[in-house]
Amino acid sequence: MQISGHSAKILVVDDEPNIVIALEYLLQREGYEVQKAYNGQQALDCMENWTPDIVVLDVMMPGMNGFEVARRLREIPALELTKIIFLTAKGTQRDKESGYASGAEYYMIKPFDNDVFISTVNEIMAYG
Amino acid sequence: MSLSLVIGCSLAYISLLFLIAWWVDKRAERGVSVVNNPYVYALSLAVYCTAWTFFGSVGRATTGGLSFLGVYLGPTLLAPLWYMMLRKIILISKNQRITSIADFISSRYGKSTTLGVIVTLIAVLGIVPYISIQLKAVTFGINTLTHFKSGAAPAPTSFWLDSGFWVTVAMASFTGVFGTRKLDPNERHEGLVAAVAFESIVKLITFSAVGLFVTFGIYNGFGDLFTQATLREDTAKMLTFESSGITPFSWNVLVMLSLFAIILLPRQFHISVVENTSPRHIPKAMWVFPLYLLLINIFVLPIALAGKMIFDAGIHPDTYVLSLPLEKGAAWLALAAFIGGFSAATSMIVVEATALSIMFSNHILVPLLIRMRSIGRNHLVNGAARLLDIRRISILLMLFLAYLYQKSVGSTYDLVSVGLISFTAAAQLAPVVIGGLYWKRATHQGAVAGLIVGFIVWAFCLPLPSMAQAGIISNSFVNEGLFHISFLKPYALFGVTGIDPITHAAFWSLLFNAWTYAIVSVNTQPTMLSLTQADLFVNIHKYISGHEYDILKREAKIGDLKAVLNRYLGETRTLALLSDYQVYNKVVLDDHQTAQADLVSFVETSLAGAIGAASARVVIDSVAKEDPISLDEVMRILDQTREAVQHSRIMEEKNEELKTLTLQLTEANVQLKQLDRLKADFITTVTHELRTPVTSIKALSKIILDDYARLDEERRTAYLQIIVNESDRISRLINQVLDIEKLRSEEPVQQMEQLELTEIVLHAVDGVQQLLTERNIKCTITPTNLSLPVNGNRDKLIQVVVNLLSNALKFCNQQEGRIDIHLKQKDRFVFLGIRDNGPGIPAQARQLIFEQFTQLHSKEQGKPHGTGLGLYITKKIVEQHHGSIRVESEPGHGALFEIILPLSNDEPLDRV
Repeated sequence: MQISGHSAKILVVDDEPNIVIALEYLLQREGYEVQKAYNGQQALDCMENWTPDIVVLDVMMPGMNGFEVARRLREIPALELTKIIFLTAKGTQRDKESGYASGAEYYMIKPFDNDVFISTVNEIMAYG
Repeated sequence: MSLSLVIGCSLAYISLLFLIAWWVDKRAERGVSVVNNPYVYALSLAVYCTAWTFFGSVGRATTGGLSFLGVYLGPTLLAPLWYMMLRKIILISKNQRITSIADFISSRYGKSTTLGVIVTLIAVLGIVPYISIQLKAVTFGINTLTHFKSGAAPAPTSFWLDSGFWVTVAMASFTGVFGTRKLDPNERHEGLVAAVAFESIVKLITFSAVGLFVTFGIYNGFGDLFTQATLREDTAKMLTFESSGITPFSWNVLVMLSLFAIILLPRQFHISVVENTSPRHIPKAMWVFPLYLLLINIFVLPIALAGKMIFDAGIHPDTYVLSLPLEKGAAWLALAAFIGGFSAATSMIVVEATALSIMFSNHILVPLLIRMRSIGRNHLVNGAARLLDIRRISILLMLFLAYLYQKSVGSTYDLVSVGLISFTAAAQLAPVVIGGLYWKRATHQGAVAGLIVGFIVWAFCLPLPSMAQAGIISNSFVNEGLFHISFLKPYALFGVTGIDPITHAAFWSLLFNAWTYAIVSVNTQPTMLSLTQADLFVNIHKYISGHEYDILKREAKIGDLKAVLNRYLGETRTLALLSDYQVYNKVVLDDHQTAQADLVSFVETSLAGAIGAASARVVIDSVAKEDPISLDEVMRILDQTREAVQHSRIMEEKNEELKTLTLQLTEANVQLKQLDRLKADFITTVTHELRTPVTSIKALSKIILDDYARLDEERRTAYLQIIVNESDRISRLINQVLDIEKLRSEEPVQQMEQLELTEIVLHAVDGVQQLLTERNIKCTITPTNLSLPVNGNRDKLIQVVVNLLSNALKFCNQQEGRIDIHLKQKDRFVFLGIRDNGPGIPAQARQLIFEQFTQLHSKEQGKPHGTGLGLYITKKIVEQHHGSIRVESEPGHGALFEIILPLSNDEPLDRV
């Protein structure tokens, strides 16, 4: 899917390789450019010279957790426009609030529905 | 001199005594005490001077020189000691309403009936000879007056004609009337005391009259008398101490014996303690009484010297007091002297018989009758009248015993010797009394043993030989020793010779008595009652000073107390103090009301701050009157105190328990909260761990479903494989969660049996052989032939080895995987080590890996397969088998997991 003349870039961050595989397939099927990271540090390293439009972020990861990754991401001026979608098994109201507080725009709970996930991503890319 | 004149005068004298006693008793009934006076008290103490003093001292001086002084020096020289002991005894006796020396001793040692009986028997057996010599002295006196120079009195053919018998009858009736006129709960007999005090005056005046007559009538004063005495060899000798034949040791023993006697002789105890009206009389008595002794002894030596110079051997020295006036024609003086000796005898007999009858009836007859009543002879004990009859019977019994003794044995000894035998008997009570006053540890058993041993030694050394000499029992043991053992001669016990029989007997009997008392006391346990009584006796001042226990119920007019406070503290402070007291105690004080004990104590304490405790006590005593307190009340107060102490101790214990319980509850609560949190964490973690594979499965299966045609073969297979793996992961997780639940319940391992660890390991390796081959991992087991019996559950132990093998498989080097298994036995343990050649475990993770949901991640791959529960479960199972697990690792050089299990105690199997 082509929007505004360039292919949207999406970073998928999850420590579960099988989930990354599924997400990568779904996003590539929609035509997005996908980069993968298996923990927080890898994600931040990746974004130093690659600016994604969307970051799909897991919360419970070894080392740096997703909330921390989001907070650091928000401190980088270059990533001002990057949207953050949390995709996590942590589903309590308090977790959600922490997620929004750390700077995320969307919060989705695992296991997710493929169609809902894709339409969310598409909406973001269509309307910002 | 005619017999009728002598008897007439004696009867007239006795009538006078009756009159005095009757008048005093009458006044006492109207509330006026004649005897409540220190001088009367001191004079009544002079009952100590008996006919022995009156007649016998002269006799003793004639034969033994100055030795007669010993028994009078004791109370004089040891007056301070006497004062201390007497004061304490009186305080205790008033507090406890003691009626006799037997009562005192029995009460001290737990109100023991046995001790009452023993003391009474010692007193009766020891004192009866003493009473007998009084009878003898009176008979002797009558015979001297009526038959002087007309030859010896004819021996009476029957007791009807024996003047001694009639003297006894007279004494018995006199005592019966005085000593038992009424039944007083405090055993106070004011008439008796007054009569005794009067008799003391008569004794002193008549004896001094004879002394003056001899010194200034026959001779020209002391100078003339003593000058003439020094000219004769026999009388000159009487003036030296050497002639007395008494050693310094004997002097000391005599002084000690007389100190004991002045307190412990039943009549002395009765007069000085039971009849005492106030402890305040003691200080004055302490110098008046020795003064009396001095006065009555002044003329002993002059009379003895004169008698020796004037008479030949035909006149008995014991009669000099009478025979000297008779010889010189002063018949009326002789009669007066006889009345003096008679009064000495009567006062002694009356008081002694009264004291003994109190003891005899209270400690022997009444308990006996009560016991008889308990078997149905109710009529024998019937009120006060019966009790008085019992007293009278006791008195008769005592006096006729004395009469019989005098008839059979008494004539063998002179007056003083028999008196000293009694002194020695009374001294047997000294250890238990003194110990009872100052030594709390002394026990009832000690007192019983000491008294019995002392009494036996005394009886063996003094009365038995005297009876032998009187021909009543065989004489052989006196000269040859008991059972012909020379060490057991009654006058030379254990070969000790060279001291007179009294000193000898006193020394040995008191030595055995005191040691037995002390040793038995130390080795026995006092009863509870004996302990409280001991405390009461030893610490009597504590009980009456009212500081520790306000045991004295003192009452005073509130107005009086206010006046006292005003005088010493001023009006302002008095008002302030009293208003404080009213506020604190929520009372209103009215001047006309009577203040209770606590207010009296409060005022005393307040005063003590201003004028000192001792002065405060005196001041308060002047306005407060004391309620006498009965023994029962004392015991009740003690019991209450003890109960209160016990109660508060129980409360304290309960409080302590409660505190401990609260603490335990708090701890349990903290633990519960922690468990709760752990449980919540566990559920969160498990949920997450379940959601993760479900997420992959759902996403990938939806992809295959939606894009089945669009997916190539390879990718479809890969996705399906992931779905299968993640499904496995879920089932594994569910199984392990169930395992953990089982481990949590901490039930002991089921189906324990003896197993061969080597066999278990081989079985487990067999199970993963497929995986080893697939991944090209080399696995070694060394050795495989060792017998390592352990006790355990086979399936669980296989699970442990498989878990560890799976771990090793997962982390081993991907290219050249290697797993080495080592088995060994050391001491009573078996060791199983599993080593891989993977990346190893960082130091900070080594303890964490045994916790729930801890997994090691590699940077490149993210999470490894597994639930993070394997090692946790492994550790728990090993611990259930009483073993332990540890890990050793150097990063980059693999990891070694080692399990240590106890060797089976059963017979080894030979399965391998």
